[in-house]
Amino acid sequence: MLNYLARRLVTMILTLLALSVVVFVVIQLPPGDFVTSYIASLSAAGESVDQETIIALRDRYKLDSPVLVQYAAWLSDILRGDFGYSFEMQRPVSEIFSQRIGISLAVELTAVIVMWAVSIPIGIYSAVNQYSVGDYIATILGFLGLAIPNFLFALVLMYVCYNWFGVTITGLFSAEYMNARWSVDRFLDFASHVWAPILVISTAGAAQLVRVLRANLLDELNKPYVLTARAKGLTKRRLIWRYPVRVAMNPLVSTIGWVLPTVISSSFVTAIVLNLPTLSPILLRALLSQDMYLAGALIMFMGLLTLVGTLISDLLLAWIDPRIRLGMVGAT
Amino acid sequence: MTLTTPANSPDARIGQVRDTPELAVGEIDPRIDLTHGTESQWQLIRRRFSKHRLAVVSLWILSLFVFVAIFAGFVAPNDPGNVKARYTYAPPQALHFIDKTDEGWAFRPHVYGYTVEIEPEALRRTFVIDEDKKIYLTFFKRSWEYKLFGLIPTDIHLIGPERSRDPFYLFGADRLGRDMFSRLVYGTQISLSVGLVGVIMSLVLGVIIGGAAGYFGGWFDAVTQRAIEFLRSLPTIPLWMGLAAAMPSDWSPLQTYFAITLILSFLGWTELARVVRGRFLALNGEDYVAAARYDGCSHLRVIVRHMVPAFTSHIITAASLAVPAMILAETALSFLGLGLQAPVISWGVLLQEAQNIRTLATAPWLLLPGAAIVIAVLAMNFIGDGLRDAADPYAK
Repeated sequence: MLNYLARRLVTMILTLLALSVVVFVVIQLPPGDFVTSYIASLSAAGESVDQETIIALRDRYKLDSPVLVQYAAWLSDILRGDFGYSFEMQRPVSEIFSQRIGISLAVELTAVIVMWAVSIPIGIYSAVNQYSVGDYIATILGFLGLAIPNFLFALVLMYVCYNWFGVTITGLFSAEYMNARWSVDRFLDFASHVWAPILVISTAGAAQLVRVLRANLLDELNKPYVLTARAKGLTKRRLIWRYPVRVAMNPLVSTIGWVLPTVISSSFVTAIVLNLPTLSPILLRALLSQDMYLAGALIMFMGLLTLVGTLISDLLLAWIDPRIRLGMVGAT
Repeated sequence: MTLTTPANSPDARIGQVRDTPELAVGEIDPRIDLTHGTESQWQLIRRRFSKHRLAVVSLWILSLFVFVAIFAGFVAPNDPGNVKARYTYAPPQALHFIDKTDEGWAFRPHVYGYTVEIEPEALRRTFVIDEDKKIYLTFFKRSWEYKLFGLIPTDIHLIGPERSRDPFYLFGADRLGRDMFSRLVYGTQISLSVGLVGVIMSLVLGVIIGGAAGYFGGWFDAVTQRAIEFLRSLPTIPLWMGLAAAMPSDWSPLQTYFAITLILSFLGWTELARVVRGRFLALNGEDYVAAARYDGCSHLRVIVRHMVPAFTSHIITAASLAVPAMILAETALSFLGLGLQAPVISWGVLLQEAQNIRTLATAPWLLLPGAAIVIAVLAMNFIGDGLRDAADPYAK
């Protein structure tokens, strides 16, 4: 197990390095370096910049050195927790981060949990009662969940709530709790807002999970061991939960790897439509104003989140399935 | 995007011989179904596909979308860029076919006009459908000029009001009084083509990279596999956005269009490469491929002549499932303002108008492009599903 963990950790670090290269390229892509654009934006606002600041900035980010040196400087800064400076918001990126990261993680984690809690029973029901009315409804809802873009679902939900119930579902807090300290009231207020983004974010992923689980379970249900167990007199409920579901869950755990990118992608769009105080609207603003250091750090962070999730799913899988843990052939 | 339906029950009629062959020499077993025995692979695929009802219906729906996209200028009654401030947020007009007048009934398509009422307190203009004002419509109406297929200048439109000045808003009007229906029609053109062009580009990438990886194996295969795993482990939307945001803002619409499709296909080729590689690996072990190689065929000939025909249908299936994903991605990018930009009309650009809850409350019909997206994507998914079941007609 330790051996396996070490292998996975090395892979993850290599992947992170590759990601950092991609992000650095993205940061470098806009024409001109960011100090020139910073000066341009300052002079557009009517402020003058003294020559010393410019030189200090150029020196700080090694803008006059070769690209590789710039990359190394940027990477070592990130490793030390210094994500650079957001020129648009006039604050260090790490400060913006620490303010919003908690809410971001809370929303995304809850969405993942809800997604699993909803899709596992539906998937099992769908497979066990194949071609029943419930199965058809689940299938249709699943197709719809995949076909409706998140932002559209959020828009329609917003419209329906506003028009039919007179409720605005944007944001995560009512105005009076916006900057308040955490208390029971504030938490209740949070809970009364957070259902909408969670509903939107978890739909697409849940639709995929239901289909995977249903297909896996259908494969398992036709196997002889199920028939044997049934012939020996096990009740249906006990049998299904005891054996085929456990086997069918196996590939499902490994899907966390691609469910997480989906969740982070969809929470990104949803948060913007519903105007949530998470990291996503900041990333959008940063991208629109080509505030590339902030944007790069955010993309880097979202990638890290995904990779950590994938690592956890791999470990879970190894824990469940000894074939993977022992590196046996044919266990993927 | 993985959609799986249980495979259709195997087509048991195709040339199946049951046991008890007590036949005279030269006699043909009457139980062999000869009618389907000589069909080509593509005929078999079509037969299999036509059994997937939902896929067939979806194919018709998609054909309609494609027709609208190709003949956008002909289908659109109004110029999509034509600003008419008088008709800001005019609601949709229902289309009526039977005209009831004092003289009796007649087939005469028409819509009702508007009267504008000004609310006394809010001083807001509201439109009321006025059943006294009938606006009659004619088919093949000559009005604004456009170029069919971008080449042939003409001014004939499928339908239009008899007097060109009359308002004709089937799907309502937007903030600037532009016709939503015509804009949706033009948006179909861009959005569908982004999906198609993007998939063609990722297909080229995927077939070359995945093909080389599967055919030659070795270190190249290992490197591409790692690269694919890496790309698939990233959250796509933020990365797409990063790339899209890095585009210079002074690029022309055409440049942005190609840059966006390039960005989409740059991250979208992995799935196709995976499929192609898998097929190559599977076929590499086949006897006929080995035979061709021992006969001294070049790599190119083995691939093109012997291997490609065996998995074309699989590639088409994978590609058809990739198109809706591309369309959804383009829509999301444009919606957030990082994709295609305003003078270009795509479904995502149209939905940008509907971002605000106040706007939505006044003009819910601005969400109609969303319905187009859902219908198109659903249809494409069903077609891809049907194709997947049909892709290998010999499988039992």
